Amino acid sequence: MSGLTHEEVKHHVAVYIRVFAALMALTVVTVGVSYLHLPLALAIFVALVIATLKAGLVAAFFMHLSGEKRIILAALLLTVFFFIFLLIFPSLHAL
Amino acid sequence: MDATIHHISKPHPVTGVTNSKLGTWLFLASEVMLFGSLFSAYVLIRTGSPSWPHGWTLLNVPLATLNTLILITSSVTMVMAWASLALKDLGKYRLYMGSTVLLGLGFLVVKSFEYGSKFAHHHYPATDTFYATYFTLTGLHGLHVIGGIVLNTYLLFPGSALWKKEPDQFLGRVEAAGLYWHFVDLVWIFLFPVLYLL
Repeated sequence: MSGLTHEEVKHHVAVYIRVFAALMALTVVTVGVSYLHLPLALAIFVALVIATLKAGLVAAFFMHLSGEKRIILAALLLTVFFFIFLLIFPSLHAL
Repeated sequence: MDATIHHISKPHPVTGVTNSKLGTWLFLASEVMLFGSLFSAYVLIRTGSPSWPHGWTLLNVPLATLNTLILITSSVTMVMAWASLALKDLGKYRLYMGSTVLLGLGFLVVKSFEYGSKFAHHHYPATDTFYATYFTLTGLHGLHVIGGIVLNTYLLFPGSALWKKEPDQFLGRVEAAGLYWHFVDLVWIFLFPVLYLL
């Protein structure tokens, strides 16, 4: 991300502040929902959706993945594939 | 023999990114698999056990929420440190990088209170499977926080001498350190609900 103009960096900073607010709000929501003591399956679903949303914001904006070069996105796509495989495969027999 | 590492400040013509950034991302990919294996083990252990306590019945949710807010804030100060440097403002860079280091230390202080209270109640990794997974996951994450603090402190003080000689290279280092620090934040974003809220 070198070689950015002054205006581009200023624009980045404005986005960071908005992402910061969104992350704070989502943290309050996920903690608030946990006090409702929803049924476990629903609680897991809501918690993971919010966590994925937060992680997506961090990766896209703080880690500059939105607009990143294809080689890095390709390497990460491969990583996501193996991560999901690793997460699901060992538990398959329990389903 | 030429031991120079090429394309550390200027993008490689084939990949379009610096080798430093590509290397950092490949390292983070391996970190995803490291934490992924532990998350996978957690899912397997939890689904395989006849009963499992809700995290909030045993762990301190308000303290963990505070730590979540601390780590998110530190991610913002980290990215602001990078942006300040991109605007060639070394003073602001130091301010934001210093804040990032302090927030990281704050996270560890809160975490040590949590651990201390668990130990005071004789809850150790060997106590049961719940505490074994809790201490393993948060312990490995805590080690990553310590590593990030060491790296960021280096870039705050002695490492910043590079700014005068090779500004592009230093900016790249700060960005790479940022990628790592945001990853540590990202892991906690999943650890927090999984361990404490479910």
